[in-house]
Amino acid sequence: MSKSYTPGLKILKNTKIKKERKLPLKGGINCKIGDFVENSKIVASTYLPGNIHMLNIASQLNIDAQSIKEYLTVKIDQEINKGDVIAENNGLFGFFKTQVKSPIDGKISNVSITTGQIMISEPEVSVDIDAYINGEVVEIIKDEGVVIQSRGSLIQGIIGVGSEKNGELIFLDENPKDYKDKILVFRDSINKSQYDIYSEKGVVGIVAGGFDYQSLSDILGYRLGVAITGTESIPTTLMITEGFGDVQMSDKTYNLLKGHIGKNASINGATQIRAGVIRPEVIVTDINQSPVLQEFKEEDLIISEGSKVRVIRSPYFGKIGVVKQLPSEPVKIDSETKARVAKIEFKNNERKLVPRANLEIILE
Amino acid sequence: MINTENIVTILATDCGSTTTKAILIEKIEGEFQLTFRGEAPTTVEEPFEDVTKGVINSIIEIEELSGRKILNKDKIITSSIRNEHKVGFKSDNEGVDVYISTSSAGGGLQMMVAGVVKSMTAESAQRAALGAGSIVMDILASNDKRLFHEKVKKIRDLRPDMILLSGGIDGGTVSHVVKLAEILESANPKPRLGLDFKIPIIYAGNKKAIKDIDSKLGDITDLKIVDNIRPKLEIENLQPSRDKIHDLFMEHVMAQAPGYEKLMSWADAPIMPTPGAVGQIIKKIADKNNISVVGVDIGGATTDVFSVFKGIFNRTVSANLGMSYSICNVLAESGYDSISRWLPFKIDEVDLTNRIANKMIRPTTIPQSMEELIIEQSLAREALNLSFLQHKQFAVSLKGVQQERTISDAFKQSSSGKTLVDMLELDLIVGSGGVLSHAPRRNQSFLMMVDSFNPIGITQIAVDSIFMMPQLGVLSSIHPDAALEVFDRDCLIRLGTSINPIIKNKSGEFDLFDYSFSYNNKNYTGTIKSHDLELLAIPYEPIDIILMPKNNVNLGNGFGQKIEARIYGGEVGILFDGRIKDSDNQIIIKNKEKIKEWYKKTKVYSI
Repeated sequence: MSKSYTPGLKILKNTKIKKERKLPLKGGINCKIGDFVENSKIVASTYLPGNIHMLNIASQLNIDAQSIKEYLTVKIDQEINKGDVIAENNGLFGFFKTQVKSPIDGKISNVSITTGQIMISEPEVSVDIDAYINGEVVEIIKDEGVVIQSRGSLIQGIIGVGSEKNGELIFLDENPKDYKDKILVFRDSINKSQYDIYSEKGVVGIVAGGFDYQSLSDILGYRLGVAITGTESIPTTLMITEGFGDVQMSDKTYNLLKGHIGKNASINGATQIRAGVIRPEVIVTDINQSPVLQEFKEEDLIISEGSKVRVIRSPYFGKIGVVKQLPSEPVKIDSETKARVAKIEFKNNERKLVPRANLEIILE
Repeated sequence: MINTENIVTILATDCGSTTTKAILIEKIEGEFQLTFRGEAPTTVEEPFEDVTKGVINSIIEIEELSGRKILNKDKIITSSIRNEHKVGFKSDNEGVDVYISTSSAGGGLQMMVAGVVKSMTAESAQRAALGAGSIVMDILASNDKRLFHEKVKKIRDLRPDMILLSGGIDGGTVSHVVKLAEILESANPKPRLGLDFKIPIIYAGNKKAIKDIDSKLGDITDLKIVDNIRPKLEIENLQPSRDKIHDLFMEHVMAQAPGYEKLMSWADAPIMPTPGAVGQIIKKIADKNNISVVGVDIGGATTDVFSVFKGIFNRTVSANLGMSYSICNVLAESGYDSISRWLPFKIDEVDLTNRIANKMIRPTTIPQSMEELIIEQSLAREALNLSFLQHKQFAVSLKGVQQERTISDAFKQSSSGKTLVDMLELDLIVGSGGVLSHAPRRNQSFLMMVDSFNPIGITQIAVDSIFMMPQLGVLSSIHPDAALEVFDRDCLIRLGTSINPIIKNKSGEFDLFDYSFSYNNKNYTGTIKSHDLELLAIPYEPIDIILMPKNNVNLGNGFGQKIEARIYGGEVGILFDGRIKDSDNQIIIKNKEKIKEWYKKTKVYSI
């Protein structure tokens, strides 16, 4: 029998969490297997090559490219400062020398006798990767990074913006007094003015049920064209749990987050809905949790009669109901498309046919 | 080498970014035909992370529908396996003779190209990469006006799957192309997938520079040398580069994607990038019928446009114009006004943009209400229109594979860049991709293509019935006869002909042209007025038509010049289109009532 999967986000109370912490280029590892690390611990470091500047010595000295080395006053890998002479010709009887000076501080990285160019690299830029979550180092990826393992709650959102942050979980409906460096949870949709108010109060992360696409464009300063995010330079990372528009956070997500009020959490807005799905997330680690772990299984995503589902597209967008029937034959829906559907009973006992593709399973 | 004589049953899949589509082709009474099809969500991503699961799910659908046993313990029973296990070869209802596949899942093939002169070798490199089915992330050229360190940063940031480096004619100046190699050397690029791999760089430039290129890039990259892409100024030689791109796509990109190693071991022919396969079949249609063709494949993430004019093939990919993953980019590029003008109802901007954004984050959903369908098809019009504009700008008068031209032509190309896309010369538009192939009414696909491509003169419109051009494209590489038989019989749905005038006068209401023809012992005559259109339901049969344009109207023979032509109807019919276009070649839509009237007349929507 063919299987009917629905998309599903991980909303898990007590699960194994593994995070790969990799450098963009090879570098050094600052911990070893078995180490317990805090989320702020630097676990791996490297240096990104600095910007490269190119100078055409041959043309500036009016010489053949092949003879360039005879005129250099520096060597490959030599550190130089802005204004240092790096090449000069002999001039006329030792006078009227033409000199080429370095435009930057840096290092001579290459000399080409084919093109007569010299390349100077700016100083390297250091890059540090922190652990992001509290946990144990369970794997070292040679020269590239580590894998941190922990357990606790994992709550994925549907889309987010902004980078990794850590902070205490607070809830708007609890009227918190202090916002600085906290992660603030809203049950409902919010708009840009609310985002701005709390961002200015110093929250590092906001989790909300919904958001307007227009508000998102206003925050970013451009219209997000493709859902590939995470590198935006915004002060407050944002995670939306349900979608765009006026939609409330599901009870399950809200209650799970609420259970962690006052605890330290990690938030990441990075999203990529293509080529290896990445969803934004909130993680609350608790290594003292029960060792009986919840796992995310493919089978959980199969719709069957009795499944609790949410509709993820108009005209019933955001409504929650229970699958009452799964007709096997495709049905012609209002758009005249023939689609495999499910008969859903909504909370008000109203029953409607909804394409299976427009359902998201709610894992209990 | 596959012996095509023994092939009776062919299974082909296309692993798209959203959906994996499987088709079963069988030889029945001496003729190949599509017998069954199945589809399932693509499973490259979490929690599955194995492309073969989606492939198997799509095949299970075929098994259920056909009653043929194709899988044995999650493995495709092909003739080679049947031979290995000595399970009775060609048992009537078990296994297939050949299994082939295309793929665009996991982001497809992402390349960077480099050439000395942007409009010469860099353009040839771009053409080679696009023709091989890749997305070109950036074009690096000596004269692209970016500073050295900006180029280096771009290469480091983009992390392409591979780089095609060209430059210089054979025996010409060495230093220019070596300078480009030095930029690559300084950037020391890393591939998108797998830090332990050296990035593949294909060098297709001046032969005399090979030694220098090797000294710069030989150690730090996986350098491959092929024949020069422009051995002489007037010769463009794209095929060796394209072949090498395909090889490296298999070796490096596919091998890194989840589950592909298994998929490659199942397939009887190399897995082809989806756009490369569609391009193959478009070329074959144009060659076989000696016509000019525009083909489009609108997917979830990208839109590919293919054209063959005067025998010259071109392909462009609009990497961020699609119907799901990148649908918000269509919104960003077109804007609310352009999209909402196609809607026969009012919708406020916040509501519309939220709906579009929700499609981006939940790309596999489908329109349930008529309103949702109309919104989606309005976005498709804009995505197609933008992609076609990009194609026209790229498909300039540079000749294709191994065709010679004179030096004066070469200079004309670089200076003028005149588009090859001549809409009056265009014979056929073929649409493909979910929004066109799966539209509930064929009339919708027909009008979407007319509205977005803005044909002029007499143009046939067709659609890929169930989006099977990718599979037929890869099949054409091993069994061209079977591919073309299925293409004609089952793939291409002839929708009809669109007749669109060039109009001098843009204001006021006036008569444009008269038409007259006979079909089935009935005479059809009429006059088409400005801002009006008429659709006649005439099936796919030859019709001898007389068209008499008014003095300020041209239908292909000149202003006021009569046309007598043989045209064809189709599943939708013949469209006489008197809608006026503005200076940007966009149809002028006066108000919501007008668009409602057009939709009613063309039976596009029940509104």
